[in-house]
Amino acid sequence: MQEVIELLSLSPPGWGGNLLRGLMHSLQIALGAFGFGLVIGLAGACGKLYGGPITRDLLAVYTTVVRAVPELVLILILYYVGSDLINKASEAMGYGRVQISGVAAGIWVLGIVQGAYATEILRGAIKAIPVGQIEAARAFGMPPLMMLRRVMIPAMMSFAIPGLANLWLIATKDTALLAVVGFNELTQETRQAASSTRAYFTFFLAAGALYLIVTLLSARFFARLEAWARKGQPSLRTVKV
Amino acid sequence: MTALRALLRPHRIVMIALFAVLVVWCAVTLRWDWIPRYAPLALEGLWRTVWLLVITVVLGFLLAIPLGLAQAIGPWYLSIPARSFCTVIRGTPLLLQIWLIYYGLGSLFPEYPWIRESELWPYLRQAWPYAIFALTMSYAGYEGEVMRGAFASVPRGQLEAAEAFGMSRFTKFRRIWLPQAIQTALPTLGGETILQLKATPLVATIAIVEMYAVASRVRQDTFIVYEPLLLLALFYLAIAGVLALIFRKLEERVPVRR
Repeated sequence: MQEVIELLSLSPPGWGGNLLRGLMHSLQIALGAFGFGLVIGLAGACGKLYGGPITRDLLAVYTTVVRAVPELVLILILYYVGSDLINKASEAMGYGRVQISGVAAGIWVLGIVQGAYATEILRGAIKAIPVGQIEAARAFGMPPLMMLRRVMIPAMMSFAIPGLANLWLIATKDTALLAVVGFNELTQETRQAASSTRAYFTFFLAAGALYLIVTLLSARFFARLEAWARKGQPSLRTVKV
Repeated sequence: MTALRALLRPHRIVMIALFAVLVVWCAVTLRWDWIPRYAPLALEGLWRTVWLLVITVVLGFLLAIPLGLAQAIGPWYLSIPARSFCTVIRGTPLLLQIWLIYYGLGSLFPEYPWIRESELWPYLRQAWPYAIFALTMSYAGYEGEVMRGAFASVPRGQLEAAEAFGMSRFTKFRRIWLPQAIQTALPTLGGETILQLKATPLVATIAIVEMYAVASRVRQDTFIVYEPLLLLALFYLAIAGVLALIFRKLEERVPVRR
C-alpha cells in the first residue's frame, strides 16, 4: 500500500502528476473534438434535411464511411492527410515544415469522426420537432440562421441530449486511441509510467479509475441537462402508448 | 429494380463516374507494387480479424445473457455486481482494458510457480488469449446492458401464457423469453457487432498480427503511407457491409407487425 501511494504521489518520484497532466490533455481533446463534431453535425444535419440531392448524397457517403471504418484507421489516415496538407501549404508559402501540436491534431481527427455520429443524432432530433413550429418561424419571416438559433436548437435539445451524452462518452474514450499515434494523453502517460516502474496493475487501474470518474460525473451532468431541457414537457415514463 | 432506378438519377450517374475516375486515378498513380509481396500475410491478417471477431462475439454474447438476466430479475447480490461490471467496462477505454489485461496479468502470472508449471503456460505466454479475453469482456459488458433492456421488454402476457402451459422455468426461458429478447435486441446487436469489428485493430498494439497490423508493417517496411491504409479501410467497409447484411437477414426471419 505504501508503495502504491509513493508511485501515485503528485511530486516527481511518483507519477501521479503525469497521469493528471495526461487527463487534462485527454479532456481538452475530448472537449474540442466534441465541439468541432457538434458544429459539423449541425451543418451536416441541416444539409441532410434541407440540402440539394448532391449535398445529401455526399453527406450520406461521409456518415456511412466514417461509421464503418475503425476509428484507429481513420485517425491514422486523417493524421497523415492533415499533417501533409499543412506542410505542403507552409512550404508553398515559403515557411519550412511545421511541427503540429498534438492537441490540435487530436481535435481535428476526432472531430471529423464525431461529426459523422453527431450528424445522425441531430438529424433525428430535428426531425422530431413538430413541423408546425418551423412553419410558424418561417411564417414570421425569420431568416434561416435566426430560425436555427431561436426555434430549432432549443426545440430539439431534449431529443438530442441522450444521444449527445453517449457521443461525449465516446469522445472521452476515443482520446485513448491517440496513444497509438504517440500523443501524450492519459493512456499513453499511463503506459510510460507503468513500463518504467513495472507496476502495471497500479497504473492501469488508477487510469481506469480516472476515466470512470469522468464518465460517472458526465453522466450525472447530462442527466441534469436533460431534465432542464425537458422542463415543461410531459415525462416520458408517464406517456401511455 | 427500384434500387437500380434510384442509382440512375442524373446526379448520381455523374457522381459514380467521378468516383470511377478517382478509383482509376488511384490505381494508376499510387504505388501498389507492394501487394504481391504482402498478399499472403494480408490474407492471414484478414482471416485472423474475422476469427477474432466471431469468437469474441459468440463468447461475449453467451456471457451477456446471464449479465442481462441478473440485472433484469436477479436478486441484489447478483444484480449489483453485474451492473458494476457493465458500468466499469462501458466507462473505460477498451485500449486501456487490453493493456491492463495483457501487461498487468502478463506480468503477474510468471510470479506464481504453479502457473508457470501448468499445462496452460505455453498458451499464456502468447498474446492471443489476452486479446480474446479483453475483447470478450468488452462485448459482454456492452451487450449485458442491451440484454437487460431486451429481457425487460418481453411482454408479461407471453411469460404468463408459458406458465399457464405448465412450462418449467428453464423451458420457459429457452422457448419464450430468450428468443423474444434476442429478436428485440437484434438491431442493436447488429450495430454493436460492427462496433466490435472496429475494436479489433486495437489488439495490434499487443503484437497480434491481424489486418491492421499488416498495414502498419507495410508502412514501416516500405514508407508507403496512404495505399495500405486506403485498402485497409476498404476491407473494413466490406466486412461491415457483410455484417449488416447478415443481421438484416436474421431480423427478416421473424415478420414484424407494425
